[in-house]
Amino acid sequence: MSAPAETIALAHRAGRGRRRLATPAVGGALATAYLSLIVLVPLAAVVAESTTGGPSAFWRAVTGDQAFAAMRFTVIVSVVVVVVNIVTGTLIAWVLVRDEFPGKRLVNALIDLPFALPTIVAGLVLLALYGPKGPAPFDIGFTRIAVALALLFVTLPFVVRSVQPVLMELDREMEEAATSLGARPRTVFARIVLPNLVPAIAAGAGLAFARALGEFGSVVLISGNIPFKTEVASVFLFGQIESDNTAGAAAVSVVLLVLSFVLLLFVSWVSTRGLRRER
Amino acid sequence: MSGSPSRASRLTLRAIALGYLAALLAIPVAMVFYRTFEGGIGPALDAVTTPAAQHAFWLTCLMVAIAVPLNTIFGVGLALGLVRGRWRGKTLVSALVDLPFAVSPVVVGLALILVYGNSGWIGTWFAENGVRVIFSTPGMVLATIFVSLPFVVREVVPVLREIGVDQEEAASTLGASPAQTFWRVTLPAIRWGVAYGVILTTARALGEFGAVAVVSGKIEGQTETMTLFVEQRFQAFDLTGAYAASVVLALLALAVIGTMTLLDRRKEM
Repeated sequence: MSAPAETIALAHRAGRGRRRLATPAVGGALATAYLSLIVLVPLAAVVAESTTGGPSAFWRAVTGDQAFAAMRFTVIVSVVVVVVNIVTGTLIAWVLVRDEFPGKRLVNALIDLPFALPTIVAGLVLLALYGPKGPAPFDIGFTRIAVALALLFVTLPFVVRSVQPVLMELDREMEEAATSLGARPRTVFARIVLPNLVPAIAAGAGLAFARALGEFGSVVLISGNIPFKTEVASVFLFGQIESDNTAGAAAVSVVLLVLSFVLLLFVSWVSTRGLRRER
Repeated sequence: MSGSPSRASRLTLRAIALGYLAALLAIPVAMVFYRTFEGGIGPALDAVTTPAAQHAFWLTCLMVAIAVPLNTIFGVGLALGLVRGRWRGKTLVSALVDLPFAVSPVVVGLALILVYGNSGWIGTWFAENGVRVIFSTPGMVLATIFVSLPFVVREVVPVLREIGVDQEEAASTLGASPAQTFWRVTLPAIRWGVAYGVILTTARALGEFGAVAVVSGKIEGQTETMTLFVEQRFQAFDLTGAYAASVVLALLALAVIGTMTLLDRRKEM
């Protein structure tokens, strides 16, 4: 338990400040009601809707040819994107922390652009350069590569922003000791720097994965949404909702929800483990 | 420095990192700016001042104006409850509050339809009373609130933990009421955290596409936000309109990043 929480517990036991503590509890109750009305009840409705036709209907919806193809493609492309992010994200974080060059502040600020830029604009922007009418020497519009590119764009900040603070705090004495004992830079990175970064990389990768699984806006223009080829799960869902197949859409949604919830649990497990090791 | 890679490999790593960022972020975004103003500023200006474009802009502002204050009040309240309060279900709520980050925007839309749609759990009651939630502005506001809900909580909780309760206890020992303690002691101490949360909430509310698309019904000039307008213009082969509206949104995004950088510097001081 953290120090402030202990202080509160002590204050509470001593009977002091009880009046002051009543306010947060009321705030908590109101906030829970707000959260329920907007988030929890609607998500419960999705789970309920997915079971309306019984387990067999659920199974049929989830394993239907087009649904299954969309989910399989989504998971595969997300894995690829996360692996690329692990390498490039760590590299970018390393360059931003350990390297010095003019314009570094600007580059650092730009990393957040994918979080701030609306996803539909992200898709359009990539299409303008790499699409059929773009000036790039190749045209990736409406291909699986295009989907991967859009996902790389929107997930870029996760690993960078997760690794960067850890790298900044890292004690450099160990690295210097290793170097003075004759270790080469590559060995120092692999044996000393990297092991310290693993929890942060894993946390960032988990968040990027969850984001990639559910991404819609950036993919919808650039992928062309070709069933069995470039259609991702969320685009498939959108079509099902528009054609009023809410039960089928709900079933696929539940699969996505469970996957991303597991990922969130993984991320919080990794980060609490990282914190414990620090102490 | 002794513990660092050689100059050559340092330059190589820098080149790879910057090249990747240029190819993925900088050049594509610059491309849209170039395409927008390629025929001069006139056509771009015309494209974003059509009645539909203006309506979309103001509708987006309305979303932000409702979602951001509500989520800020909720966020600060819940953060106080989570850090300072002791109540049943606290741990569960603290885990559930991040849920909107893990849910696909399309699933958000579906969830809201199932509850607030005409045949939904609560929607039937609204329908009987002549209130249209889904395929109308209230539904879009709900979707915007949903997706941007966790930001303030997330930013304020660690700040509250860090500042501790010493000053608050001192204030209440000296006779300050809970309200006075909050306004005079707690809020000034967490203000940069709140500001950061508000900025992130605003960015998300401005830019939400998927969840709003599902519940809006995409009625041009009625339920079309800026992001929906971009898509609609693109599908109608009006690239100038799509690019020009994108530039407006991109400028807002750049303003958000600029503010975040300024706040970072404040927080460091």
